[in-house]
Amino acid sequence: MAAIFLAFAKIGLTSFGGGLSGWMLREFVERRRWMSEEEFLSGLALAQAFPGVNVVNLSIWLGYRLRAGRGALLGALGITLPPMLLAVVLAAVLTRLAQSQHVHLALAGVAAAAVGLSLQTGLRAARRAVQGLVPALILALTFAGIFLLRLPLLWVVAAMVPCSIFAAYLRVRGGRLR
Amino acid sequence: MNAPILADLLAVFAPLSFLTIGGGPSIVADIHRQAVDIYGWLTESEFMDLFAISRITPGPGSLLVTLVGYRVAGGLGALIASVAIFVPSSLLVYGLARLWARHREATWTRVIQAGLVPVAAGMILAASCTVLRAAEGGPWAWSVAAASTLALMYTRINPFLLLGAGALVFLAVLS
Repeated sequence: MAAIFLAFAKIGLTSFGGGLSGWMLREFVERRRWMSEEEFLSGLALAQAFPGVNVVNLSIWLGYRLRAGRGALLGALGITLPPMLLAVVLAAVLTRLAQSQHVHLALAGVAAAAVGLSLQTGLRAARRAVQGLVPALILALTFAGIFLLRLPLLWVVAAMVPCSIFAAYLRVRGGRLR
Repeated sequence: MNAPILADLLAVFAPLSFLTIGGGPSIVADIHRQAVDIYGWLTESEFMDLFAISRITPGPGSLLVTLVGYRVAGGLGALIASVAIFVPSSLLVYGLARLWARHREATWTRVIQAGLVPVAAGMILAASCTVLRAAEGGPWAWSVAAASTLALMYTRINPFLLLGAGALVFLAVLS
C-alpha cells in the first residue's frame, strides 16, 4: 500500500513540465511491471476522454486496477498532495521575489515557453480529431467561442459536446469510424 | 477567514472540475476569465506569475487552481480550491472506471471517446491562446511559445530546459 502512494508521489514530484503519463508508463509498466502496456493504454484513453485532470484520472484508474478503491484513493493523493505543498511553498517565496522586475520577467518567459507544452498537446489532439469536415467545424467553433468570443466554458461545452457525440454516432453507424 | 470568498472559490472551481476535458490546460482560459475578469481576485500580471509557477513545479498543471486559492484566501483557500477542482471529477471517473471496465468493447464508449476529441482539441488550443493574449512581452511571448511548440513536436528535448530558455530570452530581450 505504501509502495503505491510512494510510487505516485515520486512521479508527482519528479515530472517537470508535464508529460506525466509518459513518466507513469515508464514507472509502472517498464520498471515495476505492475501491469501490461495494453492495460495502461486503455486507462490512458479513458483518463483523456473524461472530465477531470488527466493525470489524476489516470492515477485513479491505475490505483483502482492495483488495489481497488483504496488503491484509487492512494494514487490520487500521491500524485496531487506532494506537488501541491511544493507549489504553495514556491509561490509564497516567488511571489515575494516577483516584486523584482527580473524575477517577474523570468516568470513571464517561463509562462510563454510553457504554453508550448499545451499547444503541442492541442495540435496533436487536433490532428487526431480532424477526420472530416464536421469534427473540424466543431473544433473551430469551440476555439472561437472560448478564445474570440470569450464565452463561459460551460456554455461552449454544453453546446458542442452533444453535437460532437451525435456526429461521432452517425460516423460509427455509417461505418466510417472503427 | 472570509467565508464568502471560500464559498466563491468552491462555486467557481467545482463546476470547472467537470469541464476539464482533455486535461488541465483546457480550463486555463476560464480560470483566467473568472479570477481576473469577473472576481478581480488577481491582476493580469499576478495571474501570469502564478501560471508560470504552476508550470515550473512538478506535478499536474492544474495546481494553478491551488495557487489561485492560496493567493485569495491563504492555506484554507488553497485547500478548498484544490478539493473543488480535484474531487468532483475524481468521483465521476472512479464510477466510470468501474463501468468502463465492463463495457470496453461497446459502441457507445467508442462514440463518446471519438466525440470528445474535437472539443478537447478546441479547448486546449483556445486556452493556450488566451494565456498568450494575457502574457507580457506581446510578440515575444507568441514567438517563444511557437519556438517551444516546434521544439517539443520535433525534438526529444527536456521540457524543463525550454522553460529555462524562455526565462533567459525574456531577461535578455525585455529587461
